[in-house]
Amino acid sequence: MQQSFFFQAMIYLAAAVVMVPIAKRLGLGSVLGYLVAGVLIGPAGLKFIGMEGQDIMHFAEFGVVMMLFVIGLELEPSRLWRMRKSIAGLGGLQVGVTTVLVTGIAMLFGIGWKEALALGMIIAMSSTAIVMQTLAEKGWLKTVAGQSSFAVLLFQDLAIIPMLALFPLLADHAGTADGHGGGSLVSALPAWQQAIVVLLSVSGIVLTGKYLLRPVFHMMARTGLREMFTATALLLVVGIAVLMTSVGLSPALGAFVAGVVLANSEYRHELESSIDPFKGLLLGLFFISVGSSIDFALVTSKPLLIIGLVAGLMALKMAVLFVLGKIFEVRNAQNFIFSIGLSQIGEFAFVLLSFSVQEGVLGKEISDTMTAVVAISMAMTPLAMMVNEKFILTRFCLVSAGLQTSVRPSDVEEEDNPVIIAGYGHFGNIVGRFLRANGVEATVLDNDSDNVDFLRRVGLKVYYGDATRYELLDIAGAGRAQMIIIAISDEEKRLELIETVKKHFPNLHILVRSTNRNDAYDLMNAGIMHIYRETFDTSLRLGVDALKLLGHRAHEATRMAKTFFIHDERTLKHLSSIRNDEEYIHAARQHIEELEVIMQADREAVNLNALAGWDRKAEAETA
Amino acid sequence: MSKVLIQFAHPSHSKSNVQKTLEKYARKVKGVTFNDLYEHYPDLFIDVKREQQLLAKHDIVIFQHPFYWYSSPPILKQWQDLVLEYNWAYGPKGHALKGKKIFNAVSCGGGRDAYTSDGYNRFPVGQYLLPFNQTAYLCRMEYLPPFVVHETYTIEDYVLKAFGEQYAELLEALVNDRIDPAELAGVEYLNELFPH
Repeated sequence: MQQSFFFQAMIYLAAAVVMVPIAKRLGLGSVLGYLVAGVLIGPAGLKFIGMEGQDIMHFAEFGVVMMLFVIGLELEPSRLWRMRKSIAGLGGLQVGVTTVLVTGIAMLFGIGWKEALALGMIIAMSSTAIVMQTLAEKGWLKTVAGQSSFAVLLFQDLAIIPMLALFPLLADHAGTADGHGGGSLVSALPAWQQAIVVLLSVSGIVLTGKYLLRPVFHMMARTGLREMFTATALLLVVGIAVLMTSVGLSPALGAFVAGVVLANSEYRHELESSIDPFKGLLLGLFFISVGSSIDFALVTSKPLLIIGLVAGLMALKMAVLFVLGKIFEVRNAQNFIFSIGLSQIGEFAFVLLSFSVQEGVLGKEISDTMTAVVAISMAMTPLAMMVNEKFILTRFCLVSAGLQTSVRPSDVEEEDNPVIIAGYGHFGNIVGRFLRANGVEATVLDNDSDNVDFLRRVGLKVYYGDATRYELLDIAGAGRAQMIIIAISDEEKRLELIETVKKHFPNLHILVRSTNRNDAYDLMNAGIMHIYRETFDTSLRLGVDALKLLGHRAHEATRMAKTFFIHDERTLKHLSSIRNDEEYIHAARQHIEELEVIMQADREAVNLNALAGWDRKAEAETA
Repeated sequence: MSKVLIQFAHPSHSKSNVQKTLEKYARKVKGVTFNDLYEHYPDLFIDVKREQQLLAKHDIVIFQHPFYWYSSPPILKQWQDLVLEYNWAYGPKGHALKGKKIFNAVSCGGGRDAYTSDGYNRFPVGQYLLPFNQTAYLCRMEYLPPFVVHETYTIEDYVLKAFGEQYAELLEALVNDRIDPAELAGVEYLNELFPH
């Protein structure tokens, strides 16, 4: 069937748009929705797409690359270091034990040790895409199970490097080491030289990320064009993928390393929100292509073998994970989520399988069978998770899993600051410094890259980005924070940001800077309770000093100022309600009237209140 | 039924243990208004109108505060200076508070024996409270004996809890007019009406 690109795009998008909401509504999660959509439009279903699903999958694997880049961004090296025990211990043991067991069992079935070892390593991998997506959707990322899963997945991602370096060594050199289409530039080199190239390119990424990228992003940010920033971010990830592929390495890992290197940079949140939509769509595409690539012909030709393999391998992985979970104190309910969640074979298996066929480690037949097994095991995961949630968790565990949030102290960093400050210029930075002096940490967003640059040089954690964007707020933790302090100087932007916050984060207290009276009226109309006119307090302080220089007593002048302050805030509220009625009609005349009213009331208020009490008291003492 | 107004003054509330416990118990009693002065007026700028309206609405006023330097924290003095206006609270036309009852509920670091002629504080608590007593008198109010918690620095949790319960009992009794004026005569502290 000859199909245009647009026709294909339409099929994929339509399948996703139809199936994913249905799956979500049924409580199955988006991953299963995509997978089912893939099966439906694939060769086994409506046949809209044929075997080119495989090619699409290679393209869509790029979503996984982006996902790892984003995961890397969220992992500051220091946090990575704090998680070292879970990563190395839990992750290391999972990969090690699973590999050894699978290798052993494969050898029992009469497979040669080299192939068995390759299979062992392939099967030890779990699916970062499926697990992270599912955990995020259920809000379990911060639970013990979520953090442990993440640690294991991370170790697996790291384990890819030595594995990819090891696979050529496992190859029988009579194999098909060359002559394959996507061959890397270095595959002609002897194995140990390839290993060196691998190490060199990874360190290349680290150095580039550390020294080259920040000035580049800085420059892009200064252009003020948002799409240039997005383009640069995409270029970065694509560039890494190309580089990694050309030296025969996993692009996902390269992207992850670049992400970690950039995790400390001020552009982190902006990068994340630029990449996020692409990542989501590509991952969706990836899941669809996994669904469509399940070779039902192969499955029906030897159903028992494939079903047996899927069930056996998942059970084996689950058992290993469950025992390790026990050892590492992942408690009951959490341990079920952890071990069942990671029991599938991951998308890296596709990469490793094709790589090992290229390298001549595995035969085509084993590889084809395994591809089907991997895809089915991935499709089974959301189902297994659902069964787990519906039956096992409720029946065997007293505590609902979602409620059992992280109790483990050290290695899990909660990045949730209670306060978000948008705008860190001369206004915001005083608020920020004051809060900080009182032990309140704030997540700071500023869209002046020069300012961000300077503030970071003096050691503050400030992030570059346009705070009015939903994605950036979301990543900055707006869903969990208690308040947002809007201290940006642009009035329009402030109102825009208020709209976004009110719509998406009704949980936040909103404290807003305002330029003057008129601006304060607009903010009141926007329903804001906490409004701070930027010059009001300062002007009054100046007034107090003026009175003092004219001979007034300091305490009395200060009380006058406070009286004036309270009175003015009150008139502001009063006049804003009047103004609403005939807005814009007699604006100019009104303004003058307003001033008159204010000044008249000023005199009355000050005379009445400020020095009451003591005055009369003096009268009384003489009486 | 009487309405009770607690005028609470504690400038370092977060560090207080005893006063916080008393507050916890007091807030549970129906008919009691708990007015946290430092929370309302962090810069000691007191809203005189609001305070006078509050006083007018209540029958019994309690100054609840730690016994700093044998007296109250400064906001209560400021409050008296500003709120108790001439010809409102006192003076020839000042009858706003007439007949209302008032007393102090205080927490002291020293023990009860320290507040005797032999103790290091030399005078009983009641004598240190004389300015409050006289202020009440001038405002035509009835000044009751104080409610006192002693030895606040070494107090055990279960003792503190007992004081909290005692305070709540006292407040309940005040709200429901169950205090017999005759009983008050022989009492140094209001605590003695509710032995534990």
